[in-house]
Amino acid sequence: MNMATPRPQLVPSTYLFDGRMAMKGYDLNRMCYSFNTADNRKKFKAFPEAYCRAYHLTREQVHAVTDLDVLRLLQLGGNIYYLAKLAGIYGMSVQDLGAERPGLRPDELRAMPVTRA
Amino acid sequence: MARIIGALASSHIPSLGTALSAGRQQEPCCKPFFDGCLPVLRWLEEEQPDVAVVLYNDHGLNFFLDNLPTFAVGAATEYGCLDEGWGKPALPPFNGYPELSWHLIDSLVEQEFDIAMCQQLAVDHAFINPLRLFWPGENPPAIRTVPVAINTVQFPLPRPARCYALGKAIGKAVADWPTDEKVVVIGSGGLSHQLDGERAGLINKAFDEMCMEALLHDPAKLARLSSRDLLREAGAQGAELIMWLAARGALHGTVSKIHSSYHIPIANTSAGLLALANR
Repeated sequence: MNMATPRPQLVPSTYLFDGRMAMKGYDLNRMCYSFNTADNRKKFKAFPEAYCRAYHLTREQVHAVTDLDVLRLLQLGGNIYYLAKLAGIYGMSVQDLGAERPGLRPDELRAMPVTRA
Repeated sequence: MARIIGALASSHIPSLGTALSAGRQQEPCCKPFFDGCLPVLRWLEEEQPDVAVVLYNDHGLNFFLDNLPTFAVGAATEYGCLDEGWGKPALPPFNGYPELSWHLIDSLVEQEFDIAMCQQLAVDHAFINPLRLFWPGENPPAIRTVPVAINTVQFPLPRPARCYALGKAIGKAVADWPTDEKVVVIGSGGLSHQLDGERAGLINKAFDEMCMEALLHDPAKLARLSSRDLLREAGAQGAELIMWLAARGALHGTVSKIHSSYHIPIANTSAGLLALANR
């Protein structure tokens, strides 16, 4: 398998976190996993870019982290469970991550009771 | 011999834990869900189970991608509630039951489930929240626990049929445990929800209702689904249905419904509850 070739999404609008994505996002997710420790959250918050570099994130991943561009982070191998820890540092919940869906704000998403994509 | 008296399946949405800690069970967002637990609490009060085998998925607390087991069984004397990234919960550790854990491990491997064995295991909201729901006000609950973690973080996930078979193997292991203890199996997760991507916010009520019905009368029907079917119909995190299916698999007697409830949404998620008795 050519790991560099993007594959079509197997389920529409859903990022399947498989081996290929797990390899791509390993350092990014490893950094987010470090946020299970309060001290590391503090260090990240003080110097986000330096913290990212210490975990060997790519330039693109660093930008996506500092912009908190969640869709981009997912495309760059971020896993939602780990990204949730990053979001927490910015006082965002898991739903707020979902609200990265184009055109929907967190409060709108919370107000939306039922959807069927 | 020990006896599985039933299975309790519940969503484990983090905000349920927050509501419990803040005493906000009666607020409009969560009230229907917490009220839905009351018949289950009455049943537990009557039955007084001794042990809970808890099928749940770790959300990046204990396991990282460097070493991610498909199935893992805890074998510790206690299970600590550690910091998931939002601060350490102010909760004491949950009671373990290492003797039963090792019996389960021996039996599962004998039945060809080559699980990971964990003498240390930190537990997250997926393990904690159902126990807090079903044994409210007890910190920690007196009940002894055996955690069984199933991977839903990274594909490939175990197939629904495999999870159902794991549940059956757990049922057999418990039936071979030489005590007269009463065991309840807990399936934690679901129902339909998707946290991320362009399809975030997905809820599929028709599919959830079909699953709750099938879990009672025809679980084999759900075991025929693929992981991709689950992803498509129930959303990326709706794959947690495999925990419910595994819990159902452990019931090998005559199964009847004690109670079910369904409430949407709590924090983007279909909050479901299903309690089944096994006779």
